[in-house]
Amino acid sequence: MKERKVIHSFKEAVRDIQDGSTIIVGGFGLCGIPELSIQAIKEQETKDLTVVSNNCGVDDWGLGLLLANRQIKKMVSSYVGENKIFEQQYLSGELEVELTPQGTLAERIRAGGAGIPGFYTPTGVGTPIAEGKETKEFDGKTFLLERGIVGDFALVKAWKADTLGNLVYRKTSRNFNPLAAMAGKITIAEVEEIVEPGELDPDEIHTPGIYVQRLLLGANYQKRIERLTVAQV
Amino acid sequence: MKDARLAIVKRAVQEIENGMNVNLGIGMPTLVANEIPADFNVLLQSENGLLGIGPYPTAGEEDPDLINAGKETITAVPGASFFDSAESFAMIRGGHIDLAILGGMEVSEQGDLANWMIPGKMVKGMGGAMDLVNGAKRVVVIMEHVNKHGESKIKKECILPLTGRRVVNRLITDMAVFDFTAEGMVLIETQGNITIEEVREKTEAYFTIAPELVAAN
Repeated sequence: MKERKVIHSFKEAVRDIQDGSTIIVGGFGLCGIPELSIQAIKEQETKDLTVVSNNCGVDDWGLGLLLANRQIKKMVSSYVGENKIFEQQYLSGELEVELTPQGTLAERIRAGGAGIPGFYTPTGVGTPIAEGKETKEFDGKTFLLERGIVGDFALVKAWKADTLGNLVYRKTSRNFNPLAAMAGKITIAEVEEIVEPGELDPDEIHTPGIYVQRLLLGANYQKRIERLTVAQV
Repeated sequence: MKDARLAIVKRAVQEIENGMNVNLGIGMPTLVANEIPADFNVLLQSENGLLGIGPYPTAGEEDPDLINAGKETITAVPGASFFDSAESFAMIRGGHIDLAILGGMEVSEQGDLANWMIPGKMVKGMGGAMDLVNGAKRVVVIMEHVNKHGESKIKKECILPLTGRRVVNRLITDMAVFDFTAEGMVLIETQGNITIEEVREKTEAYFTIAPELVAAN
């Protein structure tokens, strides 16, 4: 049965995200983050979340909002250095952190979405992240077994969509979003523009709509810049 | 820029050959981009999903959807491509990046690199560094030779947790340039007026001296 994917309320879109859920969130730094879905989860006050995302926002924006509101139990990330609240909660033992190399994190999410429960990678061999992980030799070199990740939900941000949920991203805001879209049992995509089927060139679609269960048109995106750098003239 | 850092950056740019695809790490390695000869066709990769980093935008032209791995606003050069993070690291891990230049905290005489955490201090994460050191065809580390207490950052064994084991091909410091070979760590150049003896005094690691360097002294 073909459900209508377009939902008109962010509150409605995140309503069934339960306490203790695992959510995969697209974005790199503050670039390409699903800012409106994150705020809806903040307002809903869902607790004990495991959040899989490359970064954890900044103190007052992005996933940092959920941290400040003590909604996150565990983060799976590659870099979390931009956030003081994160540091406080981590050092007090309130927040659990699983640091994963960025390429391994991307592949774990991609694998989860692609039905691959684990894969071998050279990344991290001989380092602290290899502790407790199975290794295997291939052609005389050692590789680590890493697990695929599937989320109860995935939150993604795209530029344009059609009503079937086909997504197009813009520039480097693509980052983890297409991977997150694949790996959510329920994927919630928010976009800046929704068009009718046929208006997107099938050749330009980055995420086929099959991965997207709920689609929302966002408004008033802040798209905050973390480090504004301009050329010295 | 401090003289020491400038010397490192000026030497590091010589590692870049025309036609290469290069990943520059955050911090001092990013500064190497400014020194690449204008007539070179080099594509710089940003692991968040861009091959073909351009200059910083002019004021007012910045685009929040276009940033580098250091989260700075940037531009893209003509011929650039955008891709997702799995593709980006396929490119890195799969050996398609010719050269990665990274910063370091410690390098051992075996070519081990530590550059992501200091025990007892807040752990920020390794980002893409562990993938880069295992995937790029060539790994060059740039760092100051000694720490602020004057102690060698080039160790017999790294004390800090590793980013990668036996992954460094070349190390460039403000005093010297070393290669890591099957025969061990080799001093191949000294910087400016630095003598081999001064390099020895400031280096904990054991190294041999390249025959060409012996002949030149």
